[in-house]
Amino acid sequence: MTAKTPILRINALTKTFENFTALHGIDLNVDDGEFLAIVGPSGSGKTTLIRILVGMDEPTDGSVWLRDKRIDVVPANKRPTCMVFQSLALFPHRTVGQNIEFPLKLRGVAPAKRKERALELLDTLRLPRDYYSKRIQQCSGGEKQRVALARALAFDPEILFFDEPLSALDYRLRKTLEKELKDLHRRTGKTFIYITHSLEEAMVMSDRIAIMKAGHFEQIAPAEEIYARPKSRFVAEFMGEVNFFDLVNGTASDVTMSDSAGASLAGQTGTLTIRPESLRRLGEGDSADLSFEGVVEAEYLLGSRVQYRITLASGREMGVEVLRENAVPGGVGASLTVGCDLKAAHLIADAQSTEDTPNAAA
Amino acid sequence: MQRRERNLGLLYSAPLTIFLFLAFLAPICLVAAFSAMPEKVFSLTQMPDFSAYRTVLEQGYWKSVAWSLFMAFVATLILLVICWPLAFGMAKVFKRFTLVLTIGVVMTLFVSENIRLFGWVLTLMKGGLIEGYWRHWTGVGFDAPLYNGPIIVFGLVYVYLPFMLFPLAQGIAMVPDDARQSAYDLGATRWQILKEIDLPLAMPGIMVGSLLTFVLAAGAMAESKLLGGRAIITIADEVQTAFTYGQNWPLGSALAMVLIAIIGTVAIWAISKADLDKMMGRKA
Repeated sequence: MTAKTPILRINALTKTFENFTALHGIDLNVDDGEFLAIVGPSGSGKTTLIRILVGMDEPTDGSVWLRDKRIDVVPANKRPTCMVFQSLALFPHRTVGQNIEFPLKLRGVAPAKRKERALELLDTLRLPRDYYSKRIQQCSGGEKQRVALARALAFDPEILFFDEPLSALDYRLRKTLEKELKDLHRRTGKTFIYITHSLEEAMVMSDRIAIMKAGHFEQIAPAEEIYARPKSRFVAEFMGEVNFFDLVNGTASDVTMSDSAGASLAGQTGTLTIRPESLRRLGEGDSADLSFEGVVEAEYLLGSRVQYRITLASGREMGVEVLRENAVPGGVGASLTVGCDLKAAHLIADAQSTEDTPNAAA
Repeated sequence: MQRRERNLGLLYSAPLTIFLFLAFLAPICLVAAFSAMPEKVFSLTQMPDFSAYRTVLEQGYWKSVAWSLFMAFVATLILLVICWPLAFGMAKVFKRFTLVLTIGVVMTLFVSENIRLFGWVLTLMKGGLIEGYWRHWTGVGFDAPLYNGPIIVFGLVYVYLPFMLFPLAQGIAMVPDDARQSAYDLGATRWQILKEIDLPLAMPGIMVGSLLTFVLAAGAMAESKLLGGRAIITIADEVQTAFTYGQNWPLGSALAMVLIAIIGTVAIWAISKADLDKMMGRKA
């Protein structure tokens, strides 16, 4: 990891509910100023984790440290952290300005000073200053989002937590706000910990991504690494569509290997992971390290790209995605040969395959 | 189409409108008319002279009005304080126990107010349930805590508790949990959450509950008669006496008009002051 000091340390954190273990002794270090995204499907324990981190829930075992201070024993209203809720949790009976000033009012900051800070924050969030006296109900979804952010920043937290705050917004607004959030992170230099079920969202914004599954971290790494070198089938699948081929002692059914590829995979066992978009069409005389022959089963237009589902000789299906100009002429029913270089494929060695890890929900 | 719906609406609402007019507005008009008549007449054909109102002012009836309003005010305040935690529990904490509590409180309404108050008299009177047993076991007796002002307020609190409890629970149920959690996360103490989040967002329930209990308590008389032994005569009691023993319909009417005017003013003032939509943040 980087040379920076961790601002947050999570130590063997466990959370057990009556007959269900939500977190299995997880460890995590977060660097000062980092943007960390915690990604996982629903039920993976990410919401339980963030609730413990902000103080709305207590861990069964383990500890949470903010720099040198143990905080899991500190009540939420005494912690120097705060959270932007999924619902935003704005106060409907207060104006935009009063919402932003709320944490300052609690601390007894003088009204004039509070207002000054609120106006500054409106500038920071690129909201017009006359929104100060606007009612929350008059704000659009994106504006409310910014007000919630401004309120959290007024608190001036050491760490800012986000609980899927963009999930309720429409696609375009979400895309805009993702970029704004990343920009805001850069400008404020604060530590952001962001929970989402969308890996796409996490990739746009974060420095590192922690993938959660059934109460433990499956992989914690920068986005490129998670994409290119997933540690398990679960991580690979979470990143979007992917083709898996079981490799046993250097051979895999349906996969034709070039001599060099065959040599470098010789004797290895695991799961060969190939993304649909790293495949290319192979014409007469073209060659690739790994190649696959099949018949086009279905065709989906994705704007600038085209996706195919093809059936291989053994009957199994495979996803292929190519640029529109490389579309298969015959469409459905045409036979197709695709291939990729060995470096575009990733081998998950067997020991790391998630199929071997015990199911946490059991 | 819209016009037709409008006409249909008027048609459907007509029976209730007519009923309300006859059962609610007409008696008030009748009382208002009687209040203007010379005292001790039983017809509306005399020349109005408003002499009953002079009697109201000169005979010290204002004391009964003041006592009624004061006791209603105190009872409302006490009810707010004791019902808040209970209502909060019903709205946010108790879950299934809420139903048990609701049924329990509603059940008391199945028994007439007078009978329940008599029950309290039997419980509290000298030689009653409490004092009797106490004297039996210890040999020392004590005076019954009956026939005074505070016991009347106690009676008002007891009788009107449901009218505060349920609107309050409704109001508190409307406070979003995430707003409370978020305030806590932003550093608010329990008191600050109560002051900044709970009270303002539950205000519609507080208003409805307070208004209901205040208006009902201000017009109450059974508590004063049974528990209070008429230690304090309420205005409603005076009205009844004027109509019955006094055989002075215009005086009773004038007293009733004064009470209606005062309570109506308070109610209208409170409702206009409290823009319920605005409080809930519904109005832009």
